[in-house]
Amino acid sequence: MSTPYAKLPAWADYGLIPVINLFVAFVVAGFVVLLVGENPFRAAVILVEGAFGKGTGIAFTLFYATTFIFTGLSVAVAAHCGLFNIGTEGQAYIAGLGIAVVCLSFDSVLPWWLTFPLAIVASAVVGALWGLIPAYLQAKRGSHIVITTIMFNFIAASIMVYLLVGPLKPAASQAPQTRNFFAGAELPKLNWIIELFGAKIRSAPLNISFLLALIMAFLVWLLIWRTKLGYEMRTYGHSPKAARYAGISETRIIITAMMISGALAGMMALNPVMGDQHNVAIDFVSGAGFVGIAVALMGRLHPIGIVLAAILFGMLYQGGAELAFEMPAISRDMIVIIQGLVILFAGALEHMFRPYIQALFASFSPRSVGMEAVKGKGA
Amino acid sequence: MAQAAIELIGINKSFGAVRANRDINLEIARGTIHGIVGENGAGKSTLMSILYGFYQADSGEIRVGGQPASIKTPNDAIALGIGMVHQHFMLVDNFTVLENVILGAESDALLKRSIAKARSELERLEREYGLEVDPDAIIEELPVGLQQRVEILKALYRGAEILILDEPTGVLTPAEADHLFRILRQLKEQGKTVVLITHKLREIMAITDTVSVMRQGTMVATRETKKTTVEELAELMVGRRVLLRVEKGEADAGAIKLAVKNLTVKDTRGVTMVDDISFDIRAGEIVGIAGVAGNGQSELLEAISGIRRAVSGSVMLDGKPIDLTGAADPGELRDRGLAHVPEDRHHVGLVLAFEENENSILGYHDDPRYLKGPFLNIDAIRNDAKDKIAKYDIRPADCRLKTANFSGGNQQKIVLAREMEQDPGVLIVGQPTRGVDVGAIEFIHKRLIAMRDQGKAVLVVSVELDEIRSLSDRILVMFAGRIVGERGPEASEGELGLLMAGVEHQEAAQ
Repeated sequence: MSTPYAKLPAWADYGLIPVINLFVAFVVAGFVVLLVGENPFRAAVILVEGAFGKGTGIAFTLFYATTFIFTGLSVAVAAHCGLFNIGTEGQAYIAGLGIAVVCLSFDSVLPWWLTFPLAIVASAVVGALWGLIPAYLQAKRGSHIVITTIMFNFIAASIMVYLLVGPLKPAASQAPQTRNFFAGAELPKLNWIIELFGAKIRSAPLNISFLLALIMAFLVWLLIWRTKLGYEMRTYGHSPKAARYAGISETRIIITAMMISGALAGMMALNPVMGDQHNVAIDFVSGAGFVGIAVALMGRLHPIGIVLAAILFGMLYQGGAELAFEMPAISRDMIVIIQGLVILFAGALEHMFRPYIQALFASFSPRSVGMEAVKGKGA
Repeated sequence: MAQAAIELIGINKSFGAVRANRDINLEIARGTIHGIVGENGAGKSTLMSILYGFYQADSGEIRVGGQPASIKTPNDAIALGIGMVHQHFMLVDNFTVLENVILGAESDALLKRSIAKARSELERLEREYGLEVDPDAIIEELPVGLQQRVEILKALYRGAEILILDEPTGVLTPAEADHLFRILRQLKEQGKTVVLITHKLREIMAITDTVSVMRQGTMVATRETKKTTVEELAELMVGRRVLLRVEKGEADAGAIKLAVKNLTVKDTRGVTMVDDISFDIRAGEIVGIAGVAGNGQSELLEAISGIRRAVSGSVMLDGKPIDLTGAADPGELRDRGLAHVPEDRHHVGLVLAFEENENSILGYHDDPRYLKGPFLNIDAIRNDAKDKIAKYDIRPADCRLKTANFSGGNQQKIVLAREMEQDPGVLIVGQPTRGVDVGAIEFIHKRLIAMRDQGKAVLVVSVELDEIRSLSDRILVMFAGRIVGERGPEASEGELGLLMAGVEHQEAAQ
């Protein structure tokens, strides 16, 4: 028996449903705010104003969004190949090492526009290699990629801790981080773009890697829907049996997809490391890899959706920080709860309202849902 | 006429704009076997799902035993004495027969007491209806025919007076099907009512008392089986005259295109599924492999097409060997002119989530025609897909539509169009018309004959004996991984049926 519901028009599928899910998430979050004795409407205003109200807020929101675009794309590329890469966190973290090597070696010699490409390559290569090992184990040994990539997050974290309190730490310093980079490894800010629109920015870390993230989003779209490799990845992702039938090598496609995923995860490190902190510090990824899973799911694995979802999460991060500052009853943990609700409704419960909306559409304008093409499968 | 067991009055059901059932009126007399036939998508399943409580009718009335009934869930249906045997069995494979029978109908919080009670009840049912099954056997160790009996027992154990069977013979040997029919007749003699959903018209003729025909959501006719013919029913189903047996000329067999020698294949559990098989296929002939599902045909197809690794033996394509030990690359075999229409089009032959045009290059996506460097040549792919849609009359004619939204017959045409249009020297086809409606069957059969007449070597594997007999120039019968006989297309169904059941084979072995 095939499903009695057919597809929705694209705008409803990609626009209306996420908006409804978000709305419900915010309503529930509103009750949580009410529960701690604050006014949810004021909280919402603070959240949105904090994220988009002032130039500085916008810059911070986009800075966070940059990070999430990379990790979201990373998760999405693997997901199109049917692989659940939970290791984005670790791949991004260990890629900090590649960036550290490039920046510490060249920051006093080369200008930023030469260091940057080198760092892009280094971060991508290190991230890709960190994705390669679980991919190889999956392809050749059948070790489940979810398990191995989680393990590799811990391995990456341990290696980084060892290096950052040991070999990479300047002898005179007590902080578990590399020395600060010189100007040759500092990425130019993009705040002037926002200032073009008349907003004032005090100081914000939005930098050129935001543009890199947008370019990568376009390249991922090109890869997935316009290249032979992307076609093979999607085939394998939907049906490994069909891929086998089509003569697509399982080993090759798993390894390739995971390396691309790892490379995108790795590039995420450029944003905080070269764009903001100008050093590699302990725990600089701080969960962005896991947020990437939510971003990818919410963005329906499509680069445009991922960019929008990343901006939403950037808003939650930035607006949430403002909220915690303005409303003492709302702590950082509350913000995590709100983010969790968004993930719950937009990611995990994504299909909760779908049948109702489809039924609604079908009753209004059957043709718009393409029903005439669908037949219930007979006996 | 006896009193009606079930009356459906003015049933309507729409899914969006699709009217799956329109104004259906049906009366099923108590103590009869009532057949319902129709093409895929005619609305048979929807109607039965309404009766069994999976769906709610938009309007209309159901009466059971003369009383208006409200059936909202399968539990309501069971309470009214309606039982259903599904096409795909709903059994827990690693449970015993007894455990499966009581599943969901346990009479006690403690399993032990339920089981004791069920055992005696089961023995009574088995005696009464000739449904012998060992109550302590594990389901997965039972042959399909017995598993189906367990499904029937399950329904009877729940007090079913009306039994609905959905395509019950699809997985059975002719002998097993005969046994099932005996059971159904016995049920009828005991006063039970049987509703049989099928697309096999011969079965309808053999066993039913009354037959109703559905087409495009409407009930087009109800006939007394004695007073109708297969030809009339087929015409009612399709709405036009249908050739049930495709006409073809003599085969003009040429050189050997595919030579299989001593091929042995094991499945993933290490069980030998193909056991030392040898045969040839020549240019310009169709070789059919008959057999009950699960006798190694699937593994044979997979080994020849390079999907599954063979243990030993050789396969020569145009006189050159295929590397079987390293699991030959299906892509390489395609380049050498071996096209494969797999048995399972939903998971192997197609990616249902893809647009139609994306599926029309599956396996041939390396072809430079469809590429511009590393990029897909979208225009070329879509134009190519449009050509195939026109040539193979694939409906709806929309190459951007998601493949899952095509009917079974059209999905099969998508696969066939892709494989045939590559002009292969050898075409191997698994279950060419499984789940395909009568109109499309005729089209597909004609295409396969046309391939043969162009001098291609065609291997057809099918569990439909009629199809094998209608298409093949030579018939090989597989049983338990071996070829147990070769016959010409004139071989009788009874003879092939015995071979398929392994009778001759076992006698020879003794």
